[in-house]
Amino acid sequence: MARSTPEVNGGSLADIAFLLLIFFLVTTTMDTDTGITRLLPPIPDADQENVEVKVNKRNVLVVLLNRSDKLMVGGAEMDRLDLKDKTIEFFTNPQHREDLPVMEDTEVPFPPGSSSLLPPNGIWRGEVSKGVISLQNDRSTTYGKYLQVQNELVAAVNLLRNDFCKLYFDKDYADLNTANPIEEEIQSGIRKIYKMNISESEPKNIGGRN
Amino acid sequence: MSKFKRKKGKGLPTINTSSLPDIVFMLLFFFMVATTMRETEVQVKVKVPEATEVKKLEKKSLVSYIYIGRPVAHVAKLYGTEPLIQLNDKLVSEEGIPYESIQDFTLAEREKLPEADKNKMVMSLRIDENITMGKVDDVKQALRHAKALIINYSARKEYREQGRQR
Repeated sequence: MARSTPEVNGGSLADIAFLLLIFFLVTTTMDTDTGITRLLPPIPDADQENVEVKVNKRNVLVVLLNRSDKLMVGGAEMDRLDLKDKTIEFFTNPQHREDLPVMEDTEVPFPPGSSSLLPPNGIWRGEVSKGVISLQNDRSTTYGKYLQVQNELVAAVNLLRNDFCKLYFDKDYADLNTANPIEEEIQSGIRKIYKMNISESEPKNIGGRN
Repeated sequence: MSKFKRKKGKGLPTINTSSLPDIVFMLLFFFMVATTMRETEVQVKVKVPEATEVKKLEKKSLVSYIYIGRPVAHVAKLYGTEPLIQLNDKLVSEEGIPYESIQDFTLAEREKLPEADKNKMVMSLRIDENITMGKVDDVKQALRHAKALIINYSARKEYREQGRQR
């Protein structure tokens, strides 16, 4: 006496699925979060004395964005698109000029045998810049312009790092896998050679109200 | 003479739609997997600037969002049109530099993270490109005081030709 189960009508299945599909289409966003990651300097401790750090004038490049979004680099007005080249020159000082940063002889260890251009023990010997870029802005500077300047500075350092990585390790710097201990060591080594030395001053008003 | 005659084989043959649900389900699953739910309602207008050196934010769970922009129309009725700060989903009403709001916000967000990741918290700053730096400096200053030092200036990827363009 087995009664056959009545067949379920599947005709409306498509409608239901469409409804769900449209719901997800409307309520979701596809955006992936991208941006420029930076590190803020910590607030100095209260008991820490405010010591004037003596920095050699040639080691500092002042990048100033004023309240009408004009860019001043090292005391002269500059177009934003020239800033990258200027930064690279500042950090490498190829002609050992007197007015560009001191280049200090440094040894940086890399994983032994990771590159044919390094000695077998993997220690890189060369010059590392002591330069620091001081980025200053006014309270009325537009954020968009400020970020473009940040972007140029980061781009310059990234380019230097990438060139070094390509030359020694035949790989893009961005492709280094930090989960791999050897490549992680390579990355931190390159970071020691080309430091992201961008200092942001304490906020202040540079002329004018607000 | 065949026993079974075709019933008037003249009209258009009907299309078999029995696989339509399968196709739609496939699309549905694709969208379910590939998209993320919009968690917070952004009450300020934010058009982030473009930059070439952007990187993807890796771990979403470590990220908290700070929005700065002019309020959208229905919020502007209540708060005026001056730029506002929004922390994840609530607007900041504090005057001056929002030390307290950001301090509380940072503590609450840090509390949510597992012990090992507490010092890896990332603050994503989603700031409209036309906002003046005064507001941004205030937030950065407050973040320094709250010891949330890893920040990410949110930006869209800008594709630039090799060389230079004006």
